[in-house]
Amino acid sequence: MLLAIVVNRLAMALVTLAGVAVVVFVLLRVVPGDPVAMMISPGAGPADIAALKAHYGLDAPLLTQFWIWIKGVVTGDFGISITLHVYVTEVLASRLPATIELAVLALIVAVILGGGIAVAGTLMRRTVGEAAIDGLNSILLAVPDFIWALALVLIFAVALPVLPLTGRIDPALAQGFATKFYLAESIITFRFAVAGNIASHMAMPTLALALPLAAVIVRLLKQSLKEAMVQDYVLLARIKGFRELHLVLQEALRNAVGPTLALTGVQFTFLIGGTVIVERIFAYPGIGNLAIDAVINRDFPLIQGLVLLFGLIFILINIGVDLTVATLNPRLRHA
Amino acid sequence: MEHWSPTSITDTGTQPHSVAARLARDPKVVCAGGFILFLILLAIGAPLIAPKDPLAQNLLMTTVPPVGFADAEPGFLLGTDGLGRDVLSRVIFGSRVSLTVAFVAAGLACLIGSLLGLMAGFLGNVVDALISRLVDVWMAFPPVLLSILLVALLGTGLHSVIAAIVVIDWTRFCRVVRTETMGQAQMDYVVAARTIGFSRPSILFREIFPNVVPVLIALLTLEMGIAVVVEAILSFVGLSVSSDTPTWGGMIAEGRQIVHEAWWVLAAPLAALFATVVAFNQIGDGLARSLDPVLRR
Repeated sequence: MLLAIVVNRLAMALVTLAGVAVVVFVLLRVVPGDPVAMMISPGAGPADIAALKAHYGLDAPLLTQFWIWIKGVVTGDFGISITLHVYVTEVLASRLPATIELAVLALIVAVILGGGIAVAGTLMRRTVGEAAIDGLNSILLAVPDFIWALALVLIFAVALPVLPLTGRIDPALAQGFATKFYLAESIITFRFAVAGNIASHMAMPTLALALPLAAVIVRLLKQSLKEAMVQDYVLLARIKGFRELHLVLQEALRNAVGPTLALTGVQFTFLIGGTVIVERIFAYPGIGNLAIDAVINRDFPLIQGLVLLFGLIFILINIGVDLTVATLNPRLRHA
Repeated sequence: MEHWSPTSITDTGTQPHSVAARLARDPKVVCAGGFILFLILLAIGAPLIAPKDPLAQNLLMTTVPPVGFADAEPGFLLGTDGLGRDVLSRVIFGSRVSLTVAFVAAGLACLIGSLLGLMAGFLGNVVDALISRLVDVWMAFPPVLLSILLVALLGTGLHSVIAAIVVIDWTRFCRVVRTETMGQAQMDYVVAARTIGFSRPSILFREIFPNVVPVLIALLTLEMGIAVVVEAILSFVGLSVSSDTPTWGGMIAEGRQIVHEAWWVLAAPLAALFATVVAFNQIGDGLARSLDPVLRR
């Protein structure tokens, strides 16, 4: 039953999220590092510090602090950012769209790139072409987004300076948007010059995030395709006289795509984790970049909100993957 | 010489060569292994090998390009950075931190993760439920964010970096070892050992564990590659060891700032990092490849 899976997974997700909340809360309080010490001006006395602590509720006992925070979280109130002096929910809402656009674009690029190479490799099986793809891919699999991002900087910002190095959009163009989904909005409203500018800013971070995922897709999908290509139904189609490309795309792919789909979902969470450092490298204004600032400034409410948000995103993706896999697999659906 | 090893039990004799012999014939593994060995020697002998003092600044010789480019200086093979320090010497010394982290952090993560994984897989029930839930919670954190958070809280330094990597990456070992242990626990030899009356710890550590080791070694090698990158990321964010110890990540961060004036300050440590990560992965993949048919049976 699909519904049973949903209910079960949602219940598990709540337990996991509660665990994340406890871990991050305890972590922040137990280890040394005082957010108030980061905020006070040099002339402040003990009374000022105490007042500041009271203002942010940091003077209450731990359990009380946790209770206040959790009560807030349940009602959608994550507190006020200590460094930015605005509601955490507001900061997250204004930064999240940039990261969503980046992650989704990277996912699309990875699927197209990885899928295309896997199909090409299947068409070229048992040739030098396949060996070349395999050899190259074994290196691609090893290289993480952090290294890609910096290698791309060297290639497209230094050797061939064709792409902007930092930011999300030319500041002069960043006006007249109704939402924070700049890329999607500019495409929907047919402002293609603006969309092109945004895309050129996003090209390097997108590619850095997409390449490791594409490599994973190539390996698994090519393997599944090769196994499918020797099945009877492909043989039958071949006897019927269909072309090789048709065999791969119409016959084999449909049956081979399942495991890749499931793995891509899991890997998508890694991709989102990777936005933290990639956004940093390209000064891209998403939640990942924000997270590093929040940690360096010891902005407790903001860190807590960000970690819970990341946890929620991860869990939602995992549930989505499970549901997709269950929907596609009739045996699991009736299990 | 036939010595007792977990793989020789299951080897049926059709493949007379040991795993080591098979690895030695894999050119990728040989190259990668050679590179890591070279790196280890470089790290150990850094004071003898490095042409210059990695910390010596020379403000008259800043951002000198590598040899072969215009305005290069013969003494500086890979050029100098923004403070006139020799890039080659800094890359050589930087390997020390990277390799220390690779071996110590990956080893500790392996130790803790596999212990918990063995317990979860062998004891099952409540222990398994607890450990599995803990892994789930852990996996809901973005690893990079968690490592930055941990180091920010623990304070910078090599110990914190290692601690952060261990705290985050034990789950990789735990999950795999748990699954592997569950599989092994179903096998006939474990049932036989139970029937004979071996104690549970004895079954776990003397019967099951040796059969999990091959998977662990492959995973450990892959983890070393991951640890090197995580250290570089932490250095990049400015949270690793103090700035008077050269690290690849620290050099990358400096190079990223002055990339338009001196690209080589970024390129040199990045190339070293790239080669190291690829090498660890090739060894890990080679191990997994040569161990796989044994494990599948």
